[in-house]
Amino acid sequence: MQEIPGDLKFMKSHEWARVEDKGTVTVGISDHAQSQLGDLVYVELPSLGDHVQAGNACAVVESVKAASDVYSPVSGEIVAINEALPDKPETINEDAFGEGWIFVVKPDNLAEEMEELLDPDAYVELIESEEH
Amino acid sequence: MTQKTILNATHRALGAKMVDFGGWDMPLNYGSQIEEHHQVRRDAGMFDVSHMTVVDLHGPRTREFLRHLLANSIDKLTKSGKALYSCMLNEKGGVIDDLIVYFLTEDFFRVVVNASTRDKDLAWIEKQAKAFEVKVTERGDLSMIAVQGPNAREKALGLLSADVRAKAAKLGKFVAVEGDGLFIARTGYTGEDGFEIIVPEANAVSLWNRLKDAGVAPAGLGARDTLRLEAGMNLYGQDMDEEITPWEAGLAWTVSLDEGRDFIGRKALEKQKSDGVKRVMVGLIMDDKGVLRHGQRVATPAGDGEILSGGFSPTIGKSIAFARVPAGSDQGLQADIRGRLVPVRVVKYPFVRDGQPCAGV
Repeated sequence: MQEIPGDLKFMKSHEWARVEDKGTVTVGISDHAQSQLGDLVYVELPSLGDHVQAGNACAVVESVKAASDVYSPVSGEIVAINEALPDKPETINEDAFGEGWIFVVKPDNLAEEMEELLDPDAYVELIESEEH
Repeated sequence: MTQKTILNATHRALGAKMVDFGGWDMPLNYGSQIEEHHQVRRDAGMFDVSHMTVVDLHGPRTREFLRHLLANSIDKLTKSGKALYSCMLNEKGGVIDDLIVYFLTEDFFRVVVNASTRDKDLAWIEKQAKAFEVKVTERGDLSMIAVQGPNAREKALGLLSADVRAKAAKLGKFVAVEGDGLFIARTGYTGEDGFEIIVPEANAVSLWNRLKDAGVAPAGLGARDTLRLEAGMNLYGQDMDEEITPWEAGLAWTVSLDEGRDFIGRKALEKQKSDGVKRVMVGLIMDDKGVLRHGQRVATPAGDGEILSGGFSPTIGKSIAFARVPAGSDQGLQADIRGRLVPVRVVKYPFVRDGQPCAGV
């Protein structure tokens, strides 16, 4: 299992969010999530300029096993998407917290929404409790 | 209660991701399902299939019994060791299970049925066997390892004693031989050459480890599923069940309407055939990105059908599926993928043969 970087926050639905220096939020799925899904074969990205609501589905990752919605942890505008993923979805399997990022949001309401998310310790607790 | 094969601890020690499969705790993959798939297509892989049910049939009237029980003709088996794939039908012509039967001697045939259907299969076989005084013995003391891939036979043969190796090396396709305490059949569920080896439970772990040392890579049920789908092989429960006849499941080739043989379900099959079969199974390929999955709706000009087995084909790099659709639908099909209608092409299957995508795929 990949080590969880300390600057990430998590949704219970296994997305991670990182607030970048310039105030945007990068989003991906956790290493635990990719491991549960198995080999990814398809990623459907949001469109640049889309406005997303926190908690709404805005991307799809599909593995050999199942299709899974990716929810946005924060509300805002999509300002970047990882265009390498549709051709190399396995990047998420290989590096979920790094090269496997999915999209970047320019947030509307950062401070409030970030409070809803789990820190790495709380997230690890969540996945451990799901396993038992 | 979850059942475990004798190899359970071995799978766990190899880091397998385990899942429940028909009440059995089985390895889904040992890391990457796609890598395991390619390993079988390109070299050699092995599967623990000990969850499958081996049933021995004994008695002088066993062949007569199987004439009655099976939709395929047991009389195609004339040489000891030869195997036959068949469906076992109910009176309505629905499929109770698909199976492989081996002819060993006139009073001894061996049947291998699915794990998920074990209880009902045994009950049905025992019920039908009574009239023929055939003794039905489940062989829970046996394990089974499938060794599959272009180099699988060579690697497995290296583990056998000289005389058994000579016999096993000469085996024709769909034939089995016994030796070194093993039942070695040149059969499989991947579309590749190889053996399915039935081994006494006490020797299964050591056989697995020796195969591994010989360069055969462990592969999980995930890869087994994508391999068999590429090879165009049906999966019971997904592609057919008790409400579906062989005509509707692409299994007409396994039904033998030979003269004067009164097998269970024959009348229903003959009636359906003369009335016209209204829905049929077809192979589909999707050129767009995305994955066809079991249960998705398939829109056709003649009405709706549905995806049966569906998934991503690692060899082709696209999604493939079986679908049941109104008879005659071969153009203008679309799969409903979470509300999006995506064009799909009807193609002949197998989708993959000898490690390569087939023509037209």
